[in-house]
Amino acid sequence: MNLFNIPHNELLQHLLNGLTLGAIYSLIALGYTMVYGILKFINFAHGEILMLGAYAGYYVYYLICDPSQGGSFVIFAFIISLLTAMVISASLGVFIERVAYRPLRKAPRLAPLLSAIGVSIILMNLAALFFGTKSRKFDYPIDNTTIQLDGTSITPNQIMILAVGLIMMTALKLFIDKSRLGKAMRATSQNQSVAALMGINVNFIISLTFAIGSALAAVAGIMMSLEFKLYPTMGQMAGLKAFIAAVVGGIGNISGAMLGGILLGLLETFGVVILGIPQGLKDTIAFSVLIIILLVKPSGLLIKNIREKV
Amino acid sequence: MPLLYTQSLRREFGGVVAVSDVDIEIFKNSITGLIGPNGAGKTTLFNTITGLDYPTSGFVFFKGEDITPLPAYKITRSGIARTFQNIRLFKEMTVFENVMIGRHFRANHPHIVKNRLINFILGRIFVKQEEYDIYESSIKWLDFFGLLDFRDEYAKNLPYGKQRELEIARALATEPEVLFLDEPAAGMNPQETDELMVTIKRIRDLGITVVLIEHDMKLVMNICDKIIVLNYGRKIAEGTPAQVQNNKEVIEAYLGKTDE
Repeated sequence: MNLFNIPHNELLQHLLNGLTLGAIYSLIALGYTMVYGILKFINFAHGEILMLGAYAGYYVYYLICDPSQGGSFVIFAFIISLLTAMVISASLGVFIERVAYRPLRKAPRLAPLLSAIGVSIILMNLAALFFGTKSRKFDYPIDNTTIQLDGTSITPNQIMILAVGLIMMTALKLFIDKSRLGKAMRATSQNQSVAALMGINVNFIISLTFAIGSALAAVAGIMMSLEFKLYPTMGQMAGLKAFIAAVVGGIGNISGAMLGGILLGLLETFGVVILGIPQGLKDTIAFSVLIIILLVKPSGLLIKNIREKV
Repeated sequence: MPLLYTQSLRREFGGVVAVSDVDIEIFKNSITGLIGPNGAGKTTLFNTITGLDYPTSGFVFFKGEDITPLPAYKITRSGIARTFQNIRLFKEMTVFENVMIGRHFRANHPHIVKNRLINFILGRIFVKQEEYDIYESSIKWLDFFGLLDFRDEYAKNLPYGKQRELEIARALATEPEVLFLDEPAAGMNPQETDELMVTIKRIRDLGITVVLIEHDMKLVMNICDKIIVLNYGRKIAEGTPAQVQNNKEVIEAYLGKTDE
């Protein structure tokens, strides 16, 4: 394969980088899309839930271990901090829904949206106040020496991100498609009042949706902190990009969010290489994609345009 | 004692009184018809009883208990199911899934002990048995309506009459004691309506109490044990089909006053 005269090994390298970035986008996009699917509103505080999840993981991690020592205990500590971060984020997500969105459930749709933006600003500033604005590095739990494979280099961290992303997404897909609660979630997203008439506790399902989406955001937040940096506004751009990913895939559609995230990660990576867009302008790619998709197929890639029968 | 009854049930929307202090009694194993001109408050009455809407004042008693403040999902679990005038299926799910979901949340698990945690754990262990039961009863209801051949179709792809039947099947899958049908014959041709009458009688014969809103007088007069007539939110008459048919106020409500 010789696309645009990029050597074989470099192509693989970009593909790998794009997939890693995409996996993170997908994990975040799932939270947007699940909440949209059920409440038809964009949770603009999702990025901040991600950020706080990352901080929670960070503090737990450094509380129980000293990463510079290495060894299996650090890996164990990392797993514990990841799980704790998921739980904390999930609780936070449920709490935010309870205090900031649920009272506005019957209000015009703009009201919860504004509430979400407010929550986002509050959380970001609280984080800056308590954790400081300087960016931190999350030390790798594993030796992150680059592995060379046939001219392509891959870091253990990238492998971990891809593996965790794959596991989480598969688990979520199975949960939604096969489990009793997953079925209740799908039913609730299709028609809330009828779901209630089927004996489904709609409020519980909504809380569960926020919990799952927020837990996935915490995972994404920690992955991002490992690969990049940890700082109070990290959720902003990541959240926007993931939102774009969700729209590209078709907002409300679980598979769409996964596809959209991966696609966006790849487009960003290859956009820089193929179109020669300077690194500093990299973010324009995502927003151009948003504009194009809204012009060409506003419902998103995986949503069929259904005409309602009258 | 009636299985279900209301006490001066009232629902106001701003200044409009949609249901005005209505008392109704539904007896076990009967078919009760709720009729009245458009806008009489029939569907609002259904909504307040089934928990989709709350009454402004008044009470709903079911099996001797006050269910007025309960949310819809708890009312369903206590044994009340309903269908809608405009069909509201889970369109993006298969026929089979639509029915299964009704069954899923009926009773959580056989409650062996009172402790919720222990029941939760037991539920995980016996989940295979539970799934099998759900499967069996879903098949049973699909078979009851002759929908087995369509089980893997998306609900939205079914013909209209079948969608109506599926909605009733889904409601029955919640294993109700009382089934509320909101205009089940709407949009059906005379032959389909005849079939529906047979079906409703078969449902009653299973020991399920049926309450229905219907404009098709042939259906109402043929199968109902009791008819309740609403007009402008008030109950204006009630009795057997013959009694209601000859009631002066009912005739006026439908045909208007005669100038004599």
